[in-house]
Amino acid sequence: MSTSLLSLFLVVVASFIGSFGAVFLKAGSKNLKSNLKSLFTNYHLAIGGLLFVISSLFFVKAISQPGAELSVLYPMVSMSYLWAMVWSRVFFGEPFTRQKFTGLGLIVLGIAILQLGKSNP
Amino acid sequence: MSRRRKNLLTVLGCTLLGAGAQVLFKLAGTALGPSPNPMAMIVCLPLIAGYVLYGISTILLSFALRNDELSSMYPIISLTYVWVMFLSVWYFHESLNSYKVLGVAVIMGGVAVLGSPGNSDPAKGGSPPS
Repeated sequence: MSTSLLSLFLVVVASFIGSFGAVFLKAGSKNLKSNLKSLFTNYHLAIGGLLFVISSLFFVKAISQPGAELSVLYPMVSMSYLWAMVWSRVFFGEPFTRQKFTGLGLIVLGIAILQLGKSNP
Repeated sequence: MSRRRKNLLTVLGCTLLGAGAQVLFKLAGTALGPSPNPMAMIVCLPLIAGYVLYGISTILLSFALRNDELSSMYPIISLTYVWVMFLSVWYFHESLNSYKVLGVAVIMGGVAVLGSPGNSDPAKGGSPPS
């Protein structure tokens, strides 16, 4: 058994949804104070949390497939950095930089190398 | 203990909690099978426990990252990949090979580059929205 294409696809979907969760956490973090009330009355954080839950359901589905390897699928969650770079520019005006492209290039390369390490079907 | 040191230790703790959550998710996935029904998921203890750890880790992380420089935290956060790899091999008997080790190392390098100080640091505001 080996980690299936379906599992890989589900993790990509999970990372995509999760990256929107991060956008909402970032938007909500501005209004966060060191008390619990500010944590529970912050609707940005609530939406961010909900998106993380939905994202994780896709992840659980991915690792529930026969032969799915956590050691291959979990590091692929780093794909969310790729989406995050795009959303950071779109929603927060953070610029693309050569450094970001270098970092993301390494992440994508690392994910590709991981695929070579999947156990054989 | 300095505030900075406290934040570093909090983030390190979050990586361990996060890795624990992944193991519980995998246990839940194994118990539930590939097409679980919603009722079975709601009462699945490993799944609930996984969410509790994941939730605690996310809340602690957002507090720790609030005022600290993300640049020094990113590489620590990526330690989660190491813990998960170790736990996958040790607990679930997944194969360990040089591709997996190299893949995770390269990803961690990428995360470190992303977070390194040369980047405009979102924690300090970055550039204003256009």
